[in-house]
Amino acid sequence: MADMIPVPERMKMSQRPMPEQDPKKRTRNFDEVPLGYKKGDAIYEAQRCLQCDPPPCVGGCPAEIHIPQFIRKIVEEDFASAYLEILKTNNLPAMCGRVCPQEEQCQRVCVYNKMGKPITIGRLERFVSDWARKQDTKEKLPEIKKKRKLVAVVGSGPAGLTCAADLAKMGYDVTIFEALHKPGGVLTYGIPEFRLPKRIVESEVDKIKELGVKVVTDFVVGLTKGVDELGEEFDAIFLANGAGAPQFMHIPGENLNDVYSANEFLTRSNLMKAYKFPEFDTPIKVGKKVVVIGAGNVAMDAARTALRLGAKEVRVVYRRTKEEAPARVEEIAHAEEEGIVFDFLTLPVRILGDEKGNVTGMECIKMQLGEPDESGRRKPLPIEGSNFIMQVDMVVNAIGTTANPIVARSATSVQTNKRGYFMVDEKTRATSREGIFAGGDITRGSATVISAIGDGKKAARAIDSYLSSGGSLRKKTPT
Amino acid sequence: MPKIITKREIAPNIISLKVTAPLIAKRVKPGQFIILMTDERGERIPLTIADYDRENGWIRIVFQVVGKTTAQLSQMNEGDELFSLVGPLGNPSKISNYGTVVTVGGGTGIACVYPITRALKEAGNRVIAIIGAKTKDLIIMEEEMRKASSELLITTDDGSYVRKGFVTEVLDEVLRREEDVKKVWVIGPAPMMKAACEVTKPYQVEMIVSLNAIMVDGTGMCGSCRVTVGGETKFVCVDGPEFNGHLVDWPEFMNRLARYGRQEKLSFEPHEKSYGEKNG
Ligand SMILES: Cc1cc2nc3c(=O)[nH]c(=O)nc-3n(C[C@H](O)[C@H](O)[C@H](O)COP(=O)(O)OP(=O)(O)OC[C@H]3O[C@@H](n4cnc5c(N)ncnc54)[C@H](O)[C@@H]3O)c2cc1C
Ligand SMILES: Cc1cc2nc3c(=O)[nH]c(=O)nc-3n(C[C@H](O)[C@H](O)[C@H](O)COP(=O)(O)OP(=O)(O)OC[C@H]3O[C@@H](n4cnc5c(N)ncnc54)[C@H](O)[C@@H]3O)c2cc1C
Ligand code: SF4
Ligand code: FES
Repeated sequence: MADMIPVPERMKMSQRPMPEQDPKKRTRNFDEVPLGYKKGDAIYEAQRCLQCDPPPCVGGCPAEIHIPQFIRKIVEEDFASAYLEILKTNNLPAMCGRVCPQEEQCQRVCVYNKMGKPITIGRLERFVSDWARKQDTKEKLPEIKKKRKLVAVVGSGPAGLTCAADLAKMGYDVTIFEALHKPGGVLTYGIPEFRLPKRIVESEVDKIKELGVKVVTDFVVGLTKGVDELGEEFDAIFLANGAGAPQFMHIPGENLNDVYSANEFLTRSNLMKAYKFPEFDTPIKVGKKVVVIGAGNVAMDAARTALRLGAKEVRVVYRRTKEEAPARVEEIAHAEEEGIVFDFLTLPVRILGDEKGNVTGMECIKMQLGEPDESGRRKPLPIEGSNFIMQVDMVVNAIGTTANPIVARSATSVQTNKRGYFMVDEKTRATSREGIFAGGDITRGSATVISAIGDGKKAARAIDSYLSSGGSLRKKTPT
Repeated sequence: MPKIITKREIAPNIISLKVTAPLIAKRVKPGQFIILMTDERGERIPLTIADYDRENGWIRIVFQVVGKTTAQLSQMNEGDELFSLVGPLGNPSKISNYGTVVTVGGGTGIACVYPITRALKEAGNRVIAIIGAKTKDLIIMEEEMRKASSELLITTDDGSYVRKGFVTEVLDEVLRREEDVKKVWVIGPAPMMKAACEVTKPYQVEMIVSLNAIMVDGTGMCGSCRVTVGGETKFVCVDGPEFNGHLVDWPEFMNRLARYGRQEKLSFEPHEKSYGEKNG
């Protein structure tokens, strides 16, 4: 077992870099890019941790992971205990370790920032959960006393999975209803294999099923059955259907054949495995010169997928600058390393095509930054007369998604705001209708995995206190 | 798991399946569809719900073998289970008592227009139904359509049955003969629906088509199915599948249907070959 190194020595150690697949090689496969810490890397990095008391990092984690405690267990080489420590508060560590923006959360408030580089908490979280997945032994689940109350969860993304798992651990009988044929939400259909391998999503979902959670796929709430009908069968409901409806720019040429929404492009590739066509039946097209509109995580995923599917050139256009780009710093860096070209301060105004519907180019206008707007960001303004035509034959639109109204339409007296998101109490995630709670992207618009997880946890607590105090939807008729 | 309970080849390459789906059967209304997958590697394909039995919990689908997935589906047998089946998707047809209405089905579109025709008649309309296909063998569901309508007109492209001509010609005659047709439903291949829209335009009659756009999820999540209607982008799966045919941008719609032509061939040909080898 490694000993604790004296603090002054520890502070001299440098941050362990993440081993990664070579950029030249990786653009030709869908394998994971960051390879993960080896045991030695993890122990070394864990030894740097100062075991602060109180630990500021925990305050930066929406899942409230006991960070110094699990890191301590890594130093002790007791990975099983490290894993159990994480599982106490986070049901999806292998995913969080890979896709959470730790640089804006736990790692941003790590004390090391004052003197050097923070502890790489996310990489350690990933190391521990990957180690656990490779062990044959199953964690022994504590005996749970069953409660005879039924909870329905709508949607199997991170918010739904978390809420379901927490409630199941408390003994509730939980059923998740999922519209697609596979659970996982964006983790399954949106985020590509090279960033989050699907076997990892499947294994984390399986763990949640082992807690007794039932997952009903191919069930569109609002069409197969409405929320109101579920309310007659369940004591409480958690709505976590995400914000999956793609938005378009409403510019000419947007419905040409080779214009995709990022959702369609990524769903074909990830959920339907079109990158393995024709071994899998769903087709996907990729142009020689592909342009992706937008600079969020979704845009980076689409651009990097296009490259791997064989595009010769992939560009990203964004109307603001790199500083404003919403994607994780790491993902922009990965995209740049892979040769993706960024055109900042550029706004598409028209997509050009021929009479068969093929894309032949995209007209853009150059932008400049004006005065800051309400959000504090400087507003991009078009530069008169700077229009130019970009030579492309495929366009992927990744400007964002919004609420899909199918669930809300079937939920009498559950209030939504004017953008279609469920209105909730921040702390309890309670909606305007007693017994119905909501969380994740459908309450705030597209955000992060960890904020969805945080909502799922809050809702589980609130649902527990609602049901424990005798509440039940089944007793009420909507008013 | 949804199980195939009966399978009939009702015309060459046109198959009718009854599948257990109690939840879908309970809620479905005419005009809605399902999405299915035959197996884990399969594609998600949309098919109209041609009939249903709420009590016994089944739905019926009728499809033509046109590519890999429909071929695979046609090779499944009674007792087999589908990998995935979801629905009912899309908006139901707006059924009410309008007076005199016309429903038109071409090819497998006959199966799609059947539940709508039946519901319109049950709602008290006088329903003139027109069905057509390339040739006699491909006229499907004639008896069901006769029962479901007030008057049934049949036509074949080659004249091998009843009369020679396209459904659009029959539609034109009906509109000329009838004083007061309130609405026309036309379901069939895109070129036929487009031609029917041209026929009905001069008559100032409300024209409804059901669009067979290429879909993935069928719930409004991907936008694969988008179409321009009256200058606005609509998603066929959640805003349709029925639209005012006079407002549809047909050239764009037909271009988008051909999006994967090359890939479809790539996936179908090896399949045909290996199936042929296995089955002599
Ligand atoms: C391509 C992409 C990359 C991303 N990258 C990152 C990243 O690196 N880091 C990060 O933190 N965040 C990232 N995000 C954002 C993050 O994935 C989301 O914020 C998060 O998944 C939201 O979780 P959720 O549980 O609210 O909803 P979702 O994950 O959207 O899940 C909702 C689920 O509900 C289902 N559903 C919808 N309607 C119905 C219905 N009517 N009936 C039944 N089920 C229904 C959906 O099919 C889906 O499975 C990314 C998003 C995308 C699209
Ligand atoms: C709402 C709706 C209802 C439909 N109802 C019926 C029906 O009742 N009976 C019937 O025979 N057909 C119906 N179709 C068409 C049917 O979905 C296609 O014939 C089927 O997807 C072809 O798949 P394939 O793999 O066999 O052929 P492919 O070789 O993949 O394609 C053949 C042609 O079918 C169309 N197509 C391909 N993939 C899709 C897809 N994922 N979604 C939609 N169309 C696609 C394309 O235009 C293509 O050119 C309907 C389509 C829609 C959208
Ligand atoms: S703030 Fe940094 S050093 Fe302190 S406990 Fe957390 S991870 Fe360790
Ligand atoms: S099929 Fe995906 S939005 Fe219509």
